[in-house]
Amino acid sequence: MSDPETAAAKTTPLTGLHRELGARMAPFAGYDMPIRYAGGIIEEHLHTRSAASLFDVSHMGQLTIRGDDRARALEALVPGDIQGLVPGGMRYTMLTDEAGGILDDLIVTDVGPYLFVVANAACKEADIAHIRAALPAGCALDELDRGLVALQGPKAAAALAALAPGAEALPFMTAAPFEIDGVRLAIMRSGYTGEDGFEISIPADDTERIARMLLDLPEVELAGLGARDTLRLEAGLCLYGQDIDRTTTPVEGGLAWTVGKRRRAEGGFPGAGVILDQIASGPPRRRVGIRPDGRAPARAHTPVREVGGEAVGEITSGGFGPSVGGPVAMGYVAAGAGEAGRAVEVVVRDKPLPARIATLPFVRHRYFKGKGG
Amino acid sequence: MAELRYSEEHEWVRVEGDIAVIGISDYAQEQLGDVVFVELPERGRSVARGEEAAVVESVKAASEVYAPVSGEVVEVNEPLADDPGLVNREPTAGGWFIKVRMADLGEVEALLDQTAYDNFVSTL
Repeated sequence: MSDPETAAAKTTPLTGLHRELGARMAPFAGYDMPIRYAGGIIEEHLHTRSAASLFDVSHMGQLTIRGDDRARALEALVPGDIQGLVPGGMRYTMLTDEAGGILDDLIVTDVGPYLFVVANAACKEADIAHIRAALPAGCALDELDRGLVALQGPKAAAALAALAPGAEALPFMTAAPFEIDGVRLAIMRSGYTGEDGFEISIPADDTERIARMLLDLPEVELAGLGARDTLRLEAGLCLYGQDIDRTTTPVEGGLAWTVGKRRRAEGGFPGAGVILDQIASGPPRRRVGIRPDGRAPARAHTPVREVGGEAVGEITSGGFGPSVGGPVAMGYVAAGAGEAGRAVEVVVRDKPLPARIATLPFVRHRYFKGKGG
Repeated sequence: MAELRYSEEHEWVRVEGDIAVIGISDYAQEQLGDVVFVELPERGRSVARGEEAAVVESVKAASEVYAPVSGEVVEVNEPLADDPGLVNREPTAGGWFIKVRMADLGEVEALLDQTAYDNFVSTL
């Protein structure tokens, strides 16, 4: 018999571990996920920026696309350069629609014999249907039943090297197969905190054991989705459904850098007309950082206006930045109103508060670009 | 120190003469997590029981704090502006929010005592 309450929330291979270790759990994208542990969001955030934290991101979709024409087929759905990937290479890109809106943002890895795609939990069912419908005969998409953890922070590389020697040498946005304690897993030099770090895809049955081995490393502590959100906000990274969605284009979202030279020249992806026109002529609005002057956080949907008057936009993500030590936000403002340093007002609980347009990220990215890089 | 009385919205009241010192409970601060900002009312404002009197913001979200008794705000806890973490560290002492000169001392009797509040929290 199924209890609708418990049937509603999906679990990950680490749900039991989270509960054992005192996580405060909450529903996120249909999954029962850890928001924070005993130390709290600020402590977890600061530990990630100074040492290394382990995040369970197993709710995200892990997909494979196989078939001879897989790269060309995926390029019909995304503006990223997928055919240009070499084995081990990774790309951040997005599924777009005919109006240039964003259906989801993805990380695509060329594993060699197939493409490996990580998709947002809330979007993955729709993504699977969308991609399958577009794949030609001879190509196939499958969803993997695996765990996914992120190990993030300046000490992540030294920590992981103890279990997977050689992983520390992977440059940012590359991946390779490794073995830890007899378990074959994929290690990617990637993440969503602005820090150096890794994402590790692990067979579901082995995920808890590998996670415990990672947590036994002296530098590593658990961190929840609360810290993941404050870290990515300070790093100026978009949260799908909040900062980017069907109503925003990659250009408005500040993601035109993901559209490579060949794709700009050739087009051939949904919404190419709108997107390439915005790249050439500028978008009507764009995503910027917003830094309130005072201490009051300005959260999603807070109106942004010119000093004393006219509406210029809206905050899409905002809150407290623990490393900044004050409120930080990002949002969309009209073209011409977005230069860094410009004074604006954010309207919090009907009160206009002084703020400034800020350069993103709020905290410098510290990705590992390779030896000497 | 006088005993605390509680509302079901997790505010506490400590009565000192006709003054009610008001804050949020230890349970509430634990639920909220790290408090990063507190918005307090103007001194001199009148608040009615159940009316929004302050806002407490954690890393995750903003929450209203309701006046558990009616009266005039005679003092606000200024140190919370620079150290909102007091609400987490000392929720029923240094982390108080406001002091209200009560219009009706009888309103306190309608609030929960410590045992009743603890029982209420255990059902949540």
